[in-house]
Amino acid sequence: MSAWLTRHIPKIAVAPSLAAVLFFVYGFIAWTGYVSLTRSRILPRYQLEGLDQYAKLFRTPRWDVAMENLLVFGVLFIAVSVALGLLLAILLDQRIRAEGAIRTVYLYPMALSFIVTGTAWKWILNPGLGIEAVVRSWGWEDFRFGWLVDPELAIYTVVIAGVWQASGFVMALFLAGLRSVDQEIIKAAMVDGVSLPRIYASIIIPSLSPVFLSAIIVLAHLAIKSFDLVIALTGGGPGYATDLPATYMYAMAFSRGDLGQAAASATVMLMTVAAIIIPYLYSQLRQSHD
Amino acid sequence: MTARGLLYLLLVVFVAYYMLPLFVMVITSLKDLDEIRAGSLMSPPDRVSLESWGTAWSSACAGILCEGLQPFFWNSVKMVVPAVLLSTLLGAVNGYALSQWRFRGANLIFALMLFGCFIPFQVVLLPMARTLGLLGLAGSLSGLVLVHVVYGLGFTTLFFRNFYVTVPTELVKAAKIDGAGFFTIFLRIFLPLSPPIIVVTVIWQFTQIWNDFLFGVSFSQAGTQPVTVALNNIVNATTGVKEYNVDMAAAIIAGLPTLIVYVIAGKYFIRGLTAGSVKG
Repeated sequence: MSAWLTRHIPKIAVAPSLAAVLFFVYGFIAWTGYVSLTRSRILPRYQLEGLDQYAKLFRTPRWDVAMENLLVFGVLFIAVSVALGLLLAILLDQRIRAEGAIRTVYLYPMALSFIVTGTAWKWILNPGLGIEAVVRSWGWEDFRFGWLVDPELAIYTVVIAGVWQASGFVMALFLAGLRSVDQEIIKAAMVDGVSLPRIYASIIIPSLSPVFLSAIIVLAHLAIKSFDLVIALTGGGPGYATDLPATYMYAMAFSRGDLGQAAASATVMLMTVAAIIIPYLYSQLRQSHD
Repeated sequence: MTARGLLYLLLVVFVAYYMLPLFVMVITSLKDLDEIRAGSLMSPPDRVSLESWGTAWSSACAGILCEGLQPFFWNSVKMVVPAVLLSTLLGAVNGYALSQWRFRGANLIFALMLFGCFIPFQVVLLPMARTLGLLGLAGSLSGLVLVHVVYGLGFTTLFFRNFYVTVPTELVKAAKIDGAGFFTIFLRIFLPLSPPIIVVTVIWQFTQIWNDFLFGVSFSQAGTQPVTVALNNIVNATTGVKEYNVDMAAAIIAGLPTLIVYVIAGKYFIRGLTAGSVKG
């Protein structure tokens, strides 16, 4: 008995966590997936009805808006955060004074809740009180900056706040990557008289491709999960102009009482994340075995 | 202007850009309402007034409760402390077992846990709400602690596993020959090695759980909401006069704990961030 226990104790130690993950992650995913195939409204019904909920979801204009917003927000959020993060990392990599302090400033938004920073951005972007009012008080009386309340443009304010929050993090990733580039190659190129911008463009930046991949994956995953930011900044409005899949799902689950739609939209979100994350995790785990 | 001068100018412009929202929050929280309406977003207050901080802390209305952020701040503390301790402890044991006692299936278990970190939590909201109800934990802080422990496990396990995997397995072999068991080796050898990764994990979990909004808003009820949910209720209250200075003071109060931790131990926070994205 005790020999058996000694042999199996590592498995026993992991068992509670594994059981929790199997139940709360995989069991719950299965439940949600199942409910998405039923006609559940406020209460779950367990009679399978096929893919009706998905057909209904893809017919719903509000879901279309949410997916379109996710595309616009996701592409801009990732592209601008990566560009800005890379620029900041290169600037900071020039042996500058007070690097630590500047880095701390660039990265602090990441330590704050979107709800906290959203409150500030909502105020800054408010047409009556924020930037618009400031620029007008400088004498430019016709200046208009009402994106926050414009259904067509409000999603771009979410991009502004999202980039502000996440670009410092991308900077940290790239800075770590820049610091691990082989300095000998750079010295050799400099001796050969290659200019610094060319060294960056043709030697250093191409060597950072794994960092690009990590940054893009993490940002894509953040974009798909974005919920707090929209809630704090626009509440999904005006109307549902800034809805994202995450806020759509929440509205269906908790204010519309439509479990079937909530489950179907959550399942679509999961599929999207899985399509990005699983190949990435697989390649990362494979690498560590070689 | 020299290239060097331009470089520093650019860096300073970006410092201003990142500081702007925090700066605006602080100066707005120190103004009174008349000055906010009359003045400009970026002008410092004429008269510094701490009144809005007092209101935000003890009498602003969040939903139906008008006791300020204070009760919700303590809710967050009561939720964060046990959730961080439990998830860190479990992560340490898991990471140690999965990296040093490579039993069959250890890698599969790790992969299953890891994927759990990345799922959009929308996919577990509905069954979790029902499960908390069945367990009698609906709308309670204990329920939120359970939720945060369960969905924090993936990251804490990842941190400890990737840390312990660098320790040579010969250490465990030698200790086993000396007759030491699983937990003895953990307590005597691995735990003393662990302070750096414990700090990273605790800071990561603290920041994640303190800043959480989705679980807080889904699984709490009036009186048990964490501070982020209460802040959102204060800011988006539709009744009464809009007190922007109180909103800003409340936002700073809600963000202060994680901001302080970041300023004091930013190095460890960044280590957690990068470890969470660059796996291996």
